[in-house]
Amino acid sequence: MSTIEERVKKIIIEQLGVKEEEVKPEASFENDLGADSLDTVELVMALEEEFETEIPDEEAEKIKTVQAAIDYVNNHSDD
Amino acid sequence: MSLENKVALVTGASRGIGKAIAQQLVQQGATVIGTSTSDKGAAAISDYLGDKGKGIALNVTDADSVQETVKSLEKEFGSIDILVNNAGITRDNLMMRMKNDEWNSVIDTNLTAIFRVCKAVVRGMMKRRNGRIINISSVVGTTGNPGQVNYCAAKAGLVGFSKSLAKEVAARGITVNCVAPGFIDTDMTKALTEEQKESIFANIPAARLGKPDEIASAVTFLASDGAAYITGETIHVNGGMAMV
Repeated sequence: MSTIEERVKKIIIEQLGVKEEEVKPEASFENDLGADSLDTVELVMALEEEFETEIPDEEAEKIKTVQAAIDYVNNHSDD
Repeated sequence: MSLENKVALVTGASRGIGKAIAQQLVQQGATVIGTSTSDKGAAAISDYLGDKGKGIALNVTDADSVQETVKSLEKEFGSIDILVNNAGITRDNLMMRMKNDEWNSVIDTNLTAIFRVCKAVVRGMMKRRNGRIINISSVVGTTGNPGQVNYCAAKAGLVGFSKSLAKEVAARGITVNCVAPGFIDTDMTKALTEEQKESIFANIPAARLGKPDEIASAVTFLASDGAAYITGETIHVNGGMAMV
């Protein structure tokens, strides 16, 4: 079983079409990983599916970096 | 123009233009879910759709119930490929006499509801990189009509809505267009007085009311794969009454 961090990174790599080494914790989706605002919306949708959760809009807006995504899932996950 | 294996959601499908749209989509092979505000309307839709879909009661002004309904429909039928926002009401009055309630209910049902339903449905379309949204506007949204500041504002508003959403989701294979009917022979236009009708006919080069099927065929075209490169557009279907 992969860790939450590994699963989040895998989704980011798939959704944004970036390389593994680019997905650093501090990397910003829009500034560093070339995502546009709609890509970020889709990324959140993919996270919701992977972790079977619903991320409210006001929380989703705060998920702008790799670390923020990992933190959100860690804080809202049962496993 | 086959719509085999497509799932369509048509709001306000119990009669008039919505019914014609649902029937034509079914003719092209789609499975159609039609909504009505009442259980009676929903039953009527189920009746005419037969095994090609079903009618459901849905209040498009209730955001939570729209979200839940779309979720349960997607579980039952699969993701929605085609959304036709057709449900609409009129509460006509001269602006100087118009009540807040007449304004608010028309804006809510004819414009804000489109935002709610689109928000619920676009998610699945984005994932599949494919989708068709067709919003039913009206010629009077472009030309204006005395006694209908609320209705005209809503119908013009959804053209702007459609263009903006079209730009947001075009790269995901989703198109968003409007069909703007002129005067069509439905219960809504039956409410017009003879005097109103005569003055309207004088301005329609085709010299007749349109048929619901003539709106439905434009919608069916926009819903097809062949219309993939048309987005943010409004097709006017009005017998020449307004050439935009």
